[in-house]
Amino acid sequence: MSEGRDRILSVENIRTRFGGDRAGATVVDGVSFTLRRGLTTALVGESGSGKSATALSIMRLIDPPGRIPSGRVLLDGVDLLKMSEREMEAVRGARIGMIFQDPLTSLNPALTIGRQIAETILAHRDVTSAEAQRQAIELLIRVGVQDAARRIRDYPHHFSGGMRQRVLIAAAISCSPSIIIADEPTTALDVTVQAKILRLLHNLQKEMQASLLLITHDLGVVASMADEVLVMYAGRIVERADVDTLFHRPRHPYTKALLECVGGIEDDRNVPLEPIAGAAPDLRNPPKGCRFAPRCKMARDICRAQDQPLLPVADGHEVACMLAQAEAVDA
Amino acid sequence: MPEAMLEVAGLSKSFAGRGSRSGAAGVKAVDDVHFTLARGETLGLVGESGCGKSTLSRLVLSLLDADAGSVRLGGTDFAHAPRRQKRAMRQRIQIVFQDALSSLNPRMTVGVNIAEPMRLQGIGSPAARRAEARRLLARVGLQAEDEHRYPHEFSGGQCQRIAIARALVLKPEIIVFDEAVSALDVSIRAQILRLILDLQQQFGLSYIFISHDLGVIKRICDRIAVMYLGRIVEIGSSDSVCRAPRHPYTEALLRAIPIADPRRMRVEDLGLIEGDAVEPAKAAACPFEPRCPKRFAPCGEAPPPLVEVAPFHQAACYLNDPEAQGRSS
Repeated sequence: MSEGRDRILSVENIRTRFGGDRAGATVVDGVSFTLRRGLTTALVGESGSGKSATALSIMRLIDPPGRIPSGRVLLDGVDLLKMSEREMEAVRGARIGMIFQDPLTSLNPALTIGRQIAETILAHRDVTSAEAQRQAIELLIRVGVQDAARRIRDYPHHFSGGMRQRVLIAAAISCSPSIIIADEPTTALDVTVQAKILRLLHNLQKEMQASLLLITHDLGVVASMADEVLVMYAGRIVERADVDTLFHRPRHPYTKALLECVGGIEDDRNVPLEPIAGAAPDLRNPPKGCRFAPRCKMARDICRAQDQPLLPVADGHEVACMLAQAEAVDA
Repeated sequence: MPEAMLEVAGLSKSFAGRGSRSGAAGVKAVDDVHFTLARGETLGLVGESGCGKSTLSRLVLSLLDADAGSVRLGGTDFAHAPRRQKRAMRQRIQIVFQDALSSLNPRMTVGVNIAEPMRLQGIGSPAARRAEARRLLARVGLQAEDEHRYPHEFSGGQCQRIAIARALVLKPEIIVFDEAVSALDVSIRAQILRLILDLQQQFGLSYIFISHDLGVIKRICDRIAVMYLGRIVEIGSSDSVCRAPRHPYTEALLRAIPIADPRRMRVEDLGLIEGDAVEPAKAAACPFEPRCPKRFAPCGEAPPPLVEVAPFHQAACYLNDPEAQGRSS
């Protein structure tokens, strides 16, 4: 995978703060990554790790008093963080489509779903409302909604959870965005419905050659969908690797521990469960140095004394852990 | 088979459809369910939203009245016991819910929350109850001093520990976990599962573990019951059900779960089944018939009975019945 080729979006060292200056928390703390055409990047982490805040920052959907004090989000070389709100509106929905966990709250309960999809199209394209309506039907057929011509007149509550997620996907792809951000798109769904939605997202992404940023806490979903994986912990990316390397040669102690938890949960009943002791830090008052150090079995004094930058250990594999970096050199 | 602590037989419950008058056909949430639970055993109840697993747990706890059937605890019919006896029996079976925070009383300190079931049952002096709460807090991995704090001061995982302490306070024999780890992060989920397993060993508890997450179920259950539209369609030892499922729905569920290993499963390998879980148009059909990739003639004629397909392994599917196979060809 060549790094420069087909780069669509570059996130550079963004910081996102919630709350006031004193009581606030830096929930995204110096995050950088790139999205490439036709590839799926999974951003994985536990609650509070800052993965959703990262997505909202890219879309500039951080409400005051939350703010993004530093960093750049480059889409084709233009910094989204410097755009006017009006310019940004043209990006949302048209260049970047977004799908959230809870389709019921992302859809307007008082409008028919046909109208909601058509409005997205009308906002970005110079077409008649009849044409937008026709395109809405086509989109619904494309995402697998049966009897679409009739169902565009239905309201969100007439649909099941899985069907609502399809409607949301139809709206997200209505302007053929080059980037799709999906934040826990299947977390609220049953496994058989999840399987269908994952397959649909994957197929659409391939057809459109879009870049998919998939945010999830579910390592099973990551393993089946991702080309590249970013592991987030307490506001920072601690490891980046292609999917095979991440699952088979993880370097960061947090990634390793997380995979052991999942392996322990899912596999053999005779293998003792090895949970990670403790809990993630309070970001209003984060520990000095590596933020995983208080829970890390390997931690040494130096880990608690200084920040651990994300550094390459192999081609396309980066780790924010000095010990893992040293280990990689020895290996 | 070891002695059965709990015997559930012919349990059924319907809910009236919206706006319908009494007498109108309702939804069969639980339909003729039978199972037993042995001392020290963990039975997993797995199924998707609306399959009736939570209704079943409430029937077992006698929090809901069944339309038919019985729940026997140590040989006595729980559901039909006189009120006083029922109250005493309640001590023997406890439940831990998914949303621990909302299952705790926000106005009571954690210590009072944990001791509350003892007070309601009229057990012990206030001092004895407090000592018990402190002892249990330490046992579930918190501090005895946490007794003075309130539930909202704790994280989701910690609240689940508090709820577990409260479930233990009456020294029950059976604990029902209703999606008790589903909302927790992976690292916390592993901690709580470890605690649940340790407590079982220490106290010889029997568990009913309800989850939509077959991964978790596989990890901690001795036996698994798979529910579909209110019925148990397959039940047997965890290994047997997961390695050699004998019902197409169980197979479909297993194949729909993404595995955390890109070499073993990618999105193209995920199994897909048609349609949604809705009652079949033909009342006499197997409930899974409309979606089943392997359906054949007998499936539409009568619902298949739950029959032995391997040692300690039952399934409700005509594919396991040579006679039905013969009729169709």
